[in-house]
Amino acid sequence: MTKALALLFALVLVLAIGSLSIGPANLPFADSIRALLAGGDGPLTLVMREIRLPRMLLAVMIGGTLGLAGAAMQGYLRNPLAEPGLLGVSGCAALGAVLAIQTGLSAAFSLALPLSALAGAVIAVLILLVLTGPRGETLTLILGGIAISAIAGALTSLVLNLSPNPFAANEIIFWMMGSLADRSMLHVWLAMPFMIVGLALLAGVGRGLDALTLGEDAAAAMGFDLRMLRLRIVLGTACVVGAGTAVAGSIGFIGLVVPHLLRGTVGGRPGPLLWVSALGGAAMLLSADIAVRLIAPGRDLKLGVLTALVGAPFFLHLVWRSRRQRA
Amino acid sequence: MWRRALGLFLMIAAPAAAQESPARVVSMNLCTDQMAMLLAAPGQLLSVSSLARDAQSSAMAEQAKAYPINHGLAEEIWLLKPDLVIAGTFTSRASVDMLKRLGVQVLTVPPAYSLADVTDRLRLIGEALGRSATANAVIADFEARLSTLRARTGRRPSAALYYANGYTTGNQTLAGEILLTAGFSNIAGDGGGGRMSLEELAMAQPEALITGQPYPGASRSEEILDHPVVRQIRAAQASRSVTDSDWLCGTPFVLQAIEQLSRLRQDIE
Amino acid sequence: MTLLQLENLSVTLRNRRVLSDVSVSVAAGEVVGLIGRNGVGKTTLMRAALGLIPASGHSSLAAMTPNARAKAVAWMPQTREIAWPVSVEDLVALGRLPHDDRARGPVEAALRHMALEPLRNRRATNLSGGEQARALIARALAQETPLLMADEPIAGLDPEHQIATMEVFADIAAAGRGVMLTLHDIALAARHCTRLIVLSENSVLADGAPSDVLTEGTLARAFSITAYHAQSDDGPVFQPLRRVT
Repeated sequence: MTKALALLFALVLVLAIGSLSIGPANLPFADSIRALLAGGDGPLTLVMREIRLPRMLLAVMIGGTLGLAGAAMQGYLRNPLAEPGLLGVSGCAALGAVLAIQTGLSAAFSLALPLSALAGAVIAVLILLVLTGPRGETLTLILGGIAISAIAGALTSLVLNLSPNPFAANEIIFWMMGSLADRSMLHVWLAMPFMIVGLALLAGVGRGLDALTLGEDAAAAMGFDLRMLRLRIVLGTACVVGAGTAVAGSIGFIGLVVPHLLRGTVGGRPGPLLWVSALGGAAMLLSADIAVRLIAPGRDLKLGVLTALVGAPFFLHLVWRSRRQRA
Repeated sequence: MWRRALGLFLMIAAPAAAQESPARVVSMNLCTDQMAMLLAAPGQLLSVSSLARDAQSSAMAEQAKAYPINHGLAEEIWLLKPDLVIAGTFTSRASVDMLKRLGVQVLTVPPAYSLADVTDRLRLIGEALGRSATANAVIADFEARLSTLRARTGRRPSAALYYANGYTTGNQTLAGEILLTAGFSNIAGDGGGGRMSLEELAMAQPEALITGQPYPGASRSEEILDHPVVRQIRAAQASRSVTDSDWLCGTPFVLQAIEQLSRLRQDIE
Repeated sequence: MTLLQLENLSVTLRNRRVLSDVSVSVAAGEVVGLIGRNGVGKTTLMRAALGLIPASGHSSLAAMTPNARAKAVAWMPQTREIAWPVSVEDLVALGRLPHDDRARGPVEAALRHMALEPLRNRRATNLSGGEQARALIARALAQETPLLMADEPIAGLDPEHQIATMEVFADIAAAGRGVMLTLHDIALAARHCTRLIVLSENSVLADGAPSDVLTEGTLARAFSITAYHAQSDDGPVFQPLRRVT
């Protein structure tokens, strides 16, 4: 497991440097890194520090926390299909963000954007947990997720269509698919505090999730407070998904694919899976964000397109497997 | 002030209405709305599109209040029993097709992609309305004013047109031609334009940055105009936001945009 | 030494009285079997004793802090849940969670005790039902608690595994720990438990050595059956015969 962590960390590092060195401006690598680190007055410093650095940082933060949140939700519900994007948690966060923007709340008070997205995410997670109960039964989970996603998507479209702004209506695709294009350090600072709080909340759930491998009763008898565990997961997931969605739209499938791919490296244990999934999520989003820039430079291809192309087959595979297990 | 001159022209030209002109005309596109309002005889134009009253997009929002509005729906337009419907090439294709099937005469006017297109579209709509004389007068005035604006040339400072979602337009567009006429060189170069990334904008460091004015309500798309990179250019270089209504459509009002940009260029020099 | 003391424990679930005034205890060295009809409240009694559901009266375990309790008793619920494909070794090591240490000794001892060493690297989810049951008992052993409580630990196992499991419990008790378990097989209960508690109509009907408890009257009241009972060289033999109408 330590080996997996080290390898993933190295991968994230390489991809992060790759992300910093890719862009439409085609800058010489050495010069751009020097401009990033040493600064200076030229446009190069501006490009590196205000465009590429925030883009890379957001990919690491959002990808990492999505991987972490996916692993935490799966561990808690003991269901490999649980994922914030698929189950409408990101969708509700997007709705919250859109409401904050369209009501002008975020213009008056910039923290209103992530806070409102967080509120949306909390509501979605709570509905899901109430619907499925602590044991995340697959059918209820998926059906509940579809319903929540549909409502969130419809209301987001409604709000954007009612906006007096002619561009707003076209933004539904951003909120549904996510993009890191043209973000700035402002967005990094906006998301950062919520990510840190979410990370702190989710950091403590590993042992509880390990215990839950044996079921709730066994975990409770081993001294774990399941209500506290649930509270941490609800709030932690909502914090990181809310903050990430508020600045980059809802990016699906990372929380599904990454824990699934990495489960083997930690021997299936849900606790250690949290940290490898965080690194894996960062690596996946960095790769996706590099890919959208290489495949269609200058077209702002949405991240969700790529993550869904990679993730949806995994999802089908998992549904297939869970169907076979029930049969 | 030249708007008043144009109005004066219209009043003089109005009685010269041509024979066989359609009596009931409906326009369903922002750009054709404005040209129809400029050219139509009193009482000839029954309705304009709802956008014509939007001050942000329409240079004739005030005048449009004198007309009932439509929303580009086939049903409401059919009920007006028009002799002629004027539509844009890309507006409400389904409604236009349905009106054609119902036997309504529809004139589809392509958008103006250049200053030459402006006179062309004016002539086209003038003929359709049976108001060629008026159209010729408007065109003559437009060309006269344009040539005086064109006359001033000097060093061409670099400039970028930058819109919501990071879109820019090149020389082969109406906006691009307006920028050239005002004496700038467009960093987007020839061609139609498209997305220009913030990186390219930052590296190009244009001497002037021309952006649209934000629309009411809020959008993520316009957020890019507030990105630190754009703000830095705006702070360091000359910058102006130009009202969309002046050059969104290829009407004689583009002259106002050229005038505005010429003044910006003079400031730089 | 008393490992579990219940005094006047009563449980009401959804306005229904499930248990009334139950007072029992488990001491070190005992294998206490809890028997009774389906739905009589055997599982409820165990869970209330553990403090997993609210109850009135006193339970020495429920009164402890969660962590102290986790070091005093290991609980094996009836559903043998193994949610993730962890290795047998890692599954058994989950028993160390309350101690928050990585001590290998108790894990190795538990693996050895349950003869799981050859399976240690297998995925627990791929094991047979009997192997899974053994792995889960090993997990409870690794918790190193004075008391082990198990709900239907031998349900669904073949006779060999049933006997083997009951022998493990006997070993544990012989080593000075205590075991309390629910079970439906009266024959196995009679042979392997040191003491039986019979639940009937929400309360304790009988509590004592198997031969004292399994009387004709108790069986008729608690289970509505008659049974054949003999003492063989190999221990007590007990066979339910027919229903009492």
